[in-house]
Amino acid sequence: MQPIRGRCHKFGDDIDTDVIIPARYLNTTDPQELAKHCMEDADPAFPAKVKPGDIIIAGKNFGCGSSREHAPLAIKGAGVAAVVASSFARIFYRNAINIGLPIFEAPGLAEASEPGDEIVIYPEEGVITNLTRNLTFRTAPFPPFMQGIMAAGGLIPYVAKKLKGEV
Amino acid sequence: MGMTVTEKILAFHAGLKEVEPGQLINARIDLALANDITAPLAIKEFRRLGVTKVFDPQRVVLVPDHFTPNKDIKSAEQAKLVREFAREQGVIYYEIGRMGIEHCLLPEEGLVGPGDLIVGADSHTCTYGALGAFATGVGSTDLACAMATGECWFKVPETILLRYYGKLRPWVGGKDLILYTIGDLGVDGALYKALEFTGEAIAELSMDGRFTMANMAVEAGAKNGIFPVDEKTLEYIRGRVKRPYQVYTSDADARYSEIREYDASRIEPQVAFPHLPENTRNISEVGDIKIDQVVIGSCTNGRMEDLRVAAKILRGKKVHPEVRLIIIPGTQKIYAQALEEGLISVFIEAGAAVSTPTCGPCLGGHMGILARGERAVATTNRNFVGRMGHPESEVYLAGPAVAAASAIKGRIAAPEEVL
Repeated sequence: MQPIRGRCHKFGDDIDTDVIIPARYLNTTDPQELAKHCMEDADPAFPAKVKPGDIIIAGKNFGCGSSREHAPLAIKGAGVAAVVASSFARIFYRNAINIGLPIFEAPGLAEASEPGDEIVIYPEEGVITNLTRNLTFRTAPFPPFMQGIMAAGGLIPYVAKKLKGEV
Repeated sequence: MGMTVTEKILAFHAGLKEVEPGQLINARIDLALANDITAPLAIKEFRRLGVTKVFDPQRVVLVPDHFTPNKDIKSAEQAKLVREFAREQGVIYYEIGRMGIEHCLLPEEGLVGPGDLIVGADSHTCTYGALGAFATGVGSTDLACAMATGECWFKVPETILLRYYGKLRPWVGGKDLILYTIGDLGVDGALYKALEFTGEAIAELSMDGRFTMANMAVEAGAKNGIFPVDEKTLEYIRGRVKRPYQVYTSDADARYSEIREYDASRIEPQVAFPHLPENTRNISEVGDIKIDQVVIGSCTNGRMEDLRVAAKILRGKKVHPEVRLIIIPGTQKIYAQALEEGLISVFIEAGAAVSTPTCGPCLGGHMGILARGERAVATTNRNFVGRMGHPESEVYLAGPAVAAASAIKGRIAAPEEVL
């Protein structure tokens, strides 16, 4: 997996999936449509200011609440390259890996960073650096099984290969 | 080393003699569930897999309950897509007028039993832990693969053992116990873990009360919540569950990451303040909070016992002139039973709106959306920012007794204040 470099948007603890994509927009599954309302109940300006390649950083328990996969899809649809949080709620964690949205656990990064800081993630080395502040954090590498899912491009291509006996 | 009930169910379904926390396993599932919001995405992903048939039509359940009866054209299109897929695949499907809120409906229909491994594309799938099943929420892509292969991958969770002793106070129910517990654990206190509910207060609790508690395990971040199977469980499933089931119990030397004990006799009715379920307070410490709306229903508290408690408080009383009270029975059968017991008349005479089963207002879908600055007391499960409508509205979570009392007083109130 290639290093990911981008400007960050910062959020706090316990960002729930209702805030990531409010239920009033769940009458569609189109990532581009969902992206128009991504994070708007936490920061109404987010959909307008987020740029492709940006990185979301946040505190603990990111993605708690509803199982809606529309949440990571909205983030991915908005062009966000990765999410780094102190911890993730478990369904969001699975969903992000399954749809191929890179996510990383790095306690302390969000607290030490400010919006607009430049962040670089080295997935294979398990290192995340805030280039603006010259601070480095560790992130645990994914277990080989999850790396397999991500290498295949998500759970669907992974299971499709498995069904054909290619894995 | 002994195993917990959660570990035993996972081991059995993975075809292993034993498993331990942290282990990644591939397990056979007994049932896969989705609703009108999560199924359309799951169906889209299912088609991408290149398979034509679900693994077993009798083990896939689709329930249109979130934006139904449909609130707008887009949600009608989504529901139509789910309906057509259900017909094409011959899976278990409940139409409007015969359906219910999924987590009230599936146990009632006998589709889940002790020892089952259930995945659902809905975070409150953990409700079925009340029956001694391992049940957990997943996303639509996981569900698509589960529908295709009948399998799902899991990381075996550590288990937190919760023990409740003592006798419950009047008007205290499963909702108060679980809110109190979430207040203690925090919204991520059980992240990636299993919660095992035990103790004499749990044994005394009705099945409806246990469903309420298991339902909100996810609000502490838990993967699943699970209850011991006892006479009450067996009585509940008798005549309902048609598939063979297996009762598992935790070994005496099972490993737990943590054990917490609660004196249930000291727990008052609870209210969770905005905007997290962990912001709990005793009803005696709530203060003067004026409200605009009360919702009694949802997969958390839309069952018979909840409606009976609400009716006991509302009988012969009137809803406060400045409050809208919305009552939503969880299933058509619960609705019919409430009608037969005269509860619906009590609600209507009190000035409540009674609705057909729907998740509606709980997730800010329809049937009771809040305007800017409005406050609601709800027997639902989440009080996040914007959960029931405008991002500047507020939801206070409580059990049906506090909700009904609050509807009468026009502010958050204890049941004793109106009786």
